Amino acid sequence: MTTMTATHSTPQNTTHTTTETSPAAPQHARPRYKVTGLRVLRSEWSKLWTLRSTWITLGLGLAFVIAFGVIAASQYESGGGPNDDLSDSTALGLSLFGLAFAQLAIGILGVLVTAGEYSTGMIRSTLAAVPRRLPVLWSKSAVFGAVALAVGTIGAFVTFPIVSELVSGTAAELSLSDDGVLRGLLGAGLYLGLIAVIGTALGALFRSVAGGIAVLVGVLLLVPGLTSLLPNSWEDEVSKYLPSSAGESMYALTHDAATLSPTAGLLVLLGWTALALAGAAYRLKRTDV
Amino acid sequence: MIEAQQLTKRYGEKTAVDRLDFVVKPGTVTGFLGPNGAGKSTTMRMIVGLDAPSSGSVKVNGKRYDRHSAPLQEIGALLEAKSIHPGRSAFDHLMAQAHTHGIPRRRVEEVIELTGLQAVAKKRAGAFSLGMGQRLGIAGALLGDPATVMLDEPVNGLDPDGVLWIRNLLTGLAQEGRTVFVSSHLMSEMALVADHLIIVGRGRLLADTTVQDLVRKHGGDAVTVASGQPARLREILSGPGVEISGEIGSEHLHVSGLSARAIGLKAAEYGIPLFELGSRTVSLEQAFMELTHDAVEYHGATITDTLGSAA
Repeated sequence: MTTMTATHSTPQNTTHTTTETSPAAPQHARPRYKVTGLRVLRSEWSKLWTLRSTWITLGLGLAFVIAFGVIAASQYESGGGPNDDLSDSTALGLSLFGLAFAQLAIGILGVLVTAGEYSTGMIRSTLAAVPRRLPVLWSKSAVFGAVALAVGTIGAFVTFPIVSELVSGTAAELSLSDDGVLRGLLGAGLYLGLIAVIGTALGALFRSVAGGIAVLVGVLLLVPGLTSLLPNSWEDEVSKYLPSSAGESMYALTHDAATLSPTAGLLVLLGWTALALAGAAYRLKRTDV
Repeated sequence: MIEAQQLTKRYGEKTAVDRLDFVVKPGTVTGFLGPNGAGKSTTMRMIVGLDAPSSGSVKVNGKRYDRHSAPLQEIGALLEAKSIHPGRSAFDHLMAQAHTHGIPRRRVEEVIELTGLQAVAKKRAGAFSLGMGQRLGIAGALLGDPATVMLDEPVNGLDPDGVLWIRNLLTGLAQEGRTVFVSSHLMSEMALVADHLIIVGRGRLLADTTVQDLVRKHGGDAVTVASGQPARLREILSGPGVEISGEIGSEHLHVSGLSARAIGLKAAEYGIPLFELGSRTVSLEQAFMELTHDAVEYHGATITDTLGSAA
């Protein structure tokens, strides 16, 4: 024992000197750090952009909206007649043709934002820095929701003029000043923003990338199909309240008895988002990591 | 300063941590020792609020960890399992942690330098070797310039260079007046760095003691000495409070109650050449084995028994 203590006194001094030169030596004049909501937000912002998957997925989402919109429009324009599903489309509908694909990219990235931290172990660092936990969920949702909202809005507003140009002179022609067009384009951005938050919440709720994605895809793609198993009288009543249908009424040009109004659609989707967030918050606060 | 009071964690039927009471004091290295599965990691996770205690409490610098306004400044922790996203670079990882507390970029660069990660700081952390990953974890623990540093099995899987580096780091941190709390399942490792020991087995506190006390209690500080004249050496070394044992015909003597230094000087005085002179640190290992013998989860029965009877 005695000998061992003697031997490491030399290298020990080296460590000591290194630390002492640091302006942040512990006992004297320690800087005063503090966790604030804004700082957690700043941290989540930087975490989002320092992963390659964010850039790839957001790029894909944006590309889906623009490319599929343009392809659909040129298909419509060259088809010209009532030969396919696109025949009764409008410029707005064609512009948002890629939204169905973009919502998957965005929703899955949302799941990764939270569940990815559990699968990698990053969550332990995150919650050690912010042990109150809930600010992390709010920040992740706000940051990624806002980013997805921006991506969706940019995608919609970039695609619409191109599509309008392609279909001008046809029955699908619409301009930005036409009734419901501006609302539809903004609604599309808002829809992607809320889907992003739902994905983020599902990831935090299930703490598993596979589980979160499965539920997300199920809710967005499979459950709407399942409602056809319900009795006819119920089907319309139930299906219009599903997240995907409620979202659709936010960006669709026309509405009927089987759909919600744009405002009601937004409120219903906000309700689903709040529900998912509440579940995520409960699990985050109550269960061990 | 870490204070645990009746700290308990149950998973269903199994009690991982069982009414632990201990205090980790500043300015020393406190070793948290116990066989695998003794509840060390769970205890550490409860200290930083990752796991909630089933009952009891643990406080860091007088408050529950999550009640602090700058947690990373109170306690910096390296947990056993990896706590990074492999796709993020070391620098970005630390910077994201720093943002939560308003820790400046300068401090991030400082801890990168302190842990020798400059060359790889911009590389994806997922590509790091075990040792590099461990250094990154320690950089994260030191980021907030914390009053308390807590490391769970920091030397696991490290090469000798890395082990030495950690040892020096720990003693250096304690000298700066910080509380250092470090876990290990290896007594030999702890003996080199820790002043104070908290020994647990099956979630229960087995001993809260100092290294010296533990050694004294379990057979004392023994020194092994080999010479060509064991009988003569035995004669000149014997005195009050000195115990000497050795087999007939063997060059080796086991001496307790005298330091290696005293034995060497005595031998030189009488002109007896020594072939070997060493402190038997292994006795610490044996003390640990005795303490934890009943608390080891899985026995390699024969091995443990042999070592036990050798003591």
